[in-house]
Amino acid sequence: MSQAARRRDPGLAFVGPFLLVYCLVLILPMLHGIWLSLHVIDIWGDGRFAGLANYSRLFADPVFGQSLVNTFIVTLMIVPLLTVIALGLALALNRATRGAAILRGIFFSSAVLSVTIVTLIWRFILAPDAGLLGEVWQSAGWEPLPFLSSPGLALWALAITTIWWSIGLPMLLFLAGLQQVPADLYEAAALDKASRWRTFTQITLPALRRTTILVVMLQTAAQLQLFGQSQLLTAGGPSGASRTVVLFMNEVAFGRWELGYAQAAAEMLFLIILGVTLTQYWLTGRAGEGDHGR
Amino acid sequence: MAADAVSARTRLPLAAWIGVLLGAAVMLTPLLWTLALSFKANSALVGNSGAALTPPWTLANYAAIFGNGQTLRWLINSTIVSIGTTIGVLILCSLAGYGFARLDFPGRRWLFLFVLVGLAIPGQAVILSQHQLFAWTNLHNSYPGLILPGLTTSFGVFFMTQYMRAIPRELDEAALLDGASHWRIFTRIILPLTVPAQSTLAVFTFLGSWNDYWWPLISVTRADMYTLTVGLAAAQMNYAQTSGLGYLMAQAIFASLPIFVVYLIFQKQIIQAMAGTAIK
Repeated sequence: MSQAARRRDPGLAFVGPFLLVYCLVLILPMLHGIWLSLHVIDIWGDGRFAGLANYSRLFADPVFGQSLVNTFIVTLMIVPLLTVIALGLALALNRATRGAAILRGIFFSSAVLSVTIVTLIWRFILAPDAGLLGEVWQSAGWEPLPFLSSPGLALWALAITTIWWSIGLPMLLFLAGLQQVPADLYEAAALDKASRWRTFTQITLPALRRTTILVVMLQTAAQLQLFGQSQLLTAGGPSGASRTVVLFMNEVAFGRWELGYAQAAAEMLFLIILGVTLTQYWLTGRAGEGDHGR
Repeated sequence: MAADAVSARTRLPLAAWIGVLLGAAVMLTPLLWTLALSFKANSALVGNSGAALTPPWTLANYAAIFGNGQTLRWLINSTIVSIGTTIGVLILCSLAGYGFARLDFPGRRWLFLFVLVGLAIPGQAVILSQHQLFAWTNLHNSYPGLILPGLTTSFGVFFMTQYMRAIPRELDEAALLDGASHWRIFTRIILPLTVPAQSTLAVFTFLGSWNDYWWPLISVTRADMYTLTVGLAAAQMNYAQTSGLGYLMAQAIFASLPIFVVYLIFQKQIIQAMAGTAIK
């Protein structure tokens, strides 16, 4: 194509509509959000510039501190368990039989439910007196565990519910990763009469390195934003034991209408998630270099 | 697949099979239990949800949903918002994908990078200012207000751009020499070739929009504009514990039914799409 023809390409007309919506609905709010976080503001007022006051208030706020710690703990509960279970399921179900296909479907089925339905179901499973788990526990002669009302167990309630809800996607990612392991590696291992464990640690795990990084980072970013489960399952309670950062944001913004203060919390979380995302790029880049060296 | 053949030859140990089957039971029991509860009279469940496992069962809870227009209204809202978002995303992302993948214009690389920045912006970073901007422009409690935030998907543009880049140039260069416009090439040649990518993006977008909770929760204050997720959450709060348990579960089943039907029909495509796109 000649240079003249290229210059006449109506490229901007094609990308324009998306860029317009993108700037107005995402980029503008992002910049506005930074502005917001530097102001003391309620919903209708123009607010006044406060510099970093919102941020220094955050650091001193025990409720924010508690919600941040809760968020980290629940992320630490969910991500390793989810990763290991998903990897195990993928290894077991990576075969072309009909039974495996049905089981894959079952493990993925909960992922299509909304958080409202998931928490509705689990609230009544975890309820100590009338819940399903309680009934099972009592028929076994044990005292049911007060998952939703005990400070020590509330985060576990969020973790169990979340793992049940989101096991499907990481399992699929591992399955896709397994499909890309070169078959000749396994054949070579079989010829060497390598044990099942040796094959797993020497071939499968190294080959899944990129997938594992992807799963861990995607899930970490997702769980750091955990909100619906915390709000709907335990309402952040008892006494804040299961309040996450995003629930804190929601309460401050739409309960007390302190938008600037809530936005400062949002920017803190944004920075943390950005750190996770950048770590993923860095790690995947290194994993890529490793692949080339093989 | 080669890996399939290999792993099929290695038999799974019995303990692993038992583990997988137990896991499947843990996945299914809550769903089956919900289903059983939805067919029980509310009065029979007070203080004794175990009653769900024995007859009599009734359709009264489902009948109550149709007697009360609200749940139907929420279903219609969810349908309008999800389909609106999906169509909007498909149009914007295919146009942008064609522009970025097959046209040359000043600043193309920089603009593409600018779009990719959006991948790193999580919803919680922008949702409060979106709420404020939408309040100023009077967009809350409206379909455009519910649909607009879902249209800014950098992933969709990235995905369509990658897909359109892979289509051989020869296909449209001949048409271009014949004097066809880019609009014509886009609609007649490129779009028909991207149907698999379009349906993948459509499934992602539809599921995401249908299940979205936080934005409709803060954007909509009028009960008649609730989507299903928000409406059911509100109903959950209203029904204290067990008094309306059967009805609540019937609502949950009813609300999930459309998405489950979509899932059962497109199961294979959904699973392949999710796995395939995330790996690339």
